[in-house]
Amino acid sequence: MTDTTRALGREMGRDPAPGPGRLIPRDLSAHPVPYDPDYKTSVPRSPSLPLLSLESTPTEETGPTFGHGDLGALDANLVLNWTRGEAQAIGERILVHGRVLDEMGRGVPHTLVEIWQANAGGRYRHKKDGYLAPLDPNFGGCGRALTDEHGHYAFFTIKPGAYPWPNRGNDWRPAHIHFSVFGHSFGQRLITQMYFEGDPLIDRCPIVATIKDRSQIDRLVAPLDLSHARPLDHLAYKFDIVLRGRRQSFFENRPEGM
Amino acid sequence: MVQTLDTLRETPSQTAGPYVHIGLMPGWAGNPGAFETELGQTPAGDGAKGERIEITGAVHDGTGAVMRDALIESWQADAAGVYPGQDGADPAVSGFGRFAADPDTGLFTLKTIKPGAVTLPDGRVQSPHIALWIVARGINIGLMTRVYFDDADRDGDPVLSRIEQRHRVETLVAKPEGEGHWRFDIRLRGDGETVFLDL
Ligand SMILES: [Fe+2]
Repeated sequence: MTDTTRALGREMGRDPAPGPGRLIPRDLSAHPVPYDPDYKTSVPRSPSLPLLSLESTPTEETGPTFGHGDLGALDANLVLNWTRGEAQAIGERILVHGRVLDEMGRGVPHTLVEIWQANAGGRYRHKKDGYLAPLDPNFGGCGRALTDEHGHYAFFTIKPGAYPWPNRGNDWRPAHIHFSVFGHSFGQRLITQMYFEGDPLIDRCPIVATIKDRSQIDRLVAPLDLSHARPLDHLAYKFDIVLRGRRQSFFENRPEGM
Repeated sequence: MVQTLDTLRETPSQTAGPYVHIGLMPGWAGNPGAFETELGQTPAGDGAKGERIEITGAVHDGTGAVMRDALIESWQADAAGVYPGQDGADPAVSGFGRFAADPDTGLFTLKTIKPGAVTLPDGRVQSPHIALWIVARGINIGLMTRVYFDDADRDGDPVLSRIEQRHRVETLVAKPEGEGHWRFDIRLRGDGETVFLDL
């Protein structure tokens, strides 16, 4: 599609496809601070010098794409995928669903969402996790899904448990699911964590508190969503994710700076 | 009062944490078979045009210690400087790599092909480079940087030319270590700190 036809489509009231515009510069105040002494590991692992801020280039504006051929049939079902459908994971059964959107509020279609999480006791199936809570023989803890044409995704899983971690004297992570999202540009790449409405550990967590804007913390707390629960079967939580958008250049043909 | 904007703010990042591998590289985390196929294992498949290369290095924290839990993703153009998905791209190049630091040595290796120079829409030319995105416990928002190559013409590269302290450009340049082998170290903080990008 040329710039002219895109502009025409906009005039005619059609929603233009995300064009070849530059990525909207990242608003870093929406994000955690890189250096936070209350999250001790961030101290030696955060840059001390400013990032180099530039306009995006094709390197950031393009990105990997994935298709259904990359995924297995049970990849989005963490209750069953570890045993390949033989047995069910232990824990509170939940549907986690939502949309991947861009900053313009448009759904991001056909993009990959990956999740990983602890089991119901707060233990990860990872060779480095030595927490005394036992592994669940029926739970692996990872899943992935593609969004549909409107940006919707859904996972069926169990609610993860809280777990302790070495930081200050007695720090516990609130129950959370790690999310990894691609969008359509490498510059949109995002890893985050979803928390659960009502968890008293959220306000005590130094990793959550690396986000200094309270309203942005709220963006990570998924509400209970009874409209998507199934009676006598499972509860549901809704979690929408917003990725960077592309600049909409109404005057694309005009040289920069004019 | 003013009208309200109908744009949304980006969802905040959170650290990938120490167990990121079970989600993104389950085989590496000790769970082979969790997924039938793992993503990012072949940035350049059989038949990809271009010179085969291996880039080895480590991620160092601000104390100089090697990080044994870092996970890195890479994104690059094909040998002609065309990105996957663009017209004329080499179909054997997925462009996407995913690799982790070795839990014992901290070394990572990226096996791929050397990308070509990328011409921007305005005619400027980006020297051959591979974008890297680094996540780990303690990194609150993924860090973006680039690998350039010591043997390529880097004059006029629009990113490198914007680095004010010129000696820091070298933090983005891989050094040759024999035929097809390159070394690239990433220093998160302090002496020799890598230039990280916000673009
Ligand atoms: Fe976690």
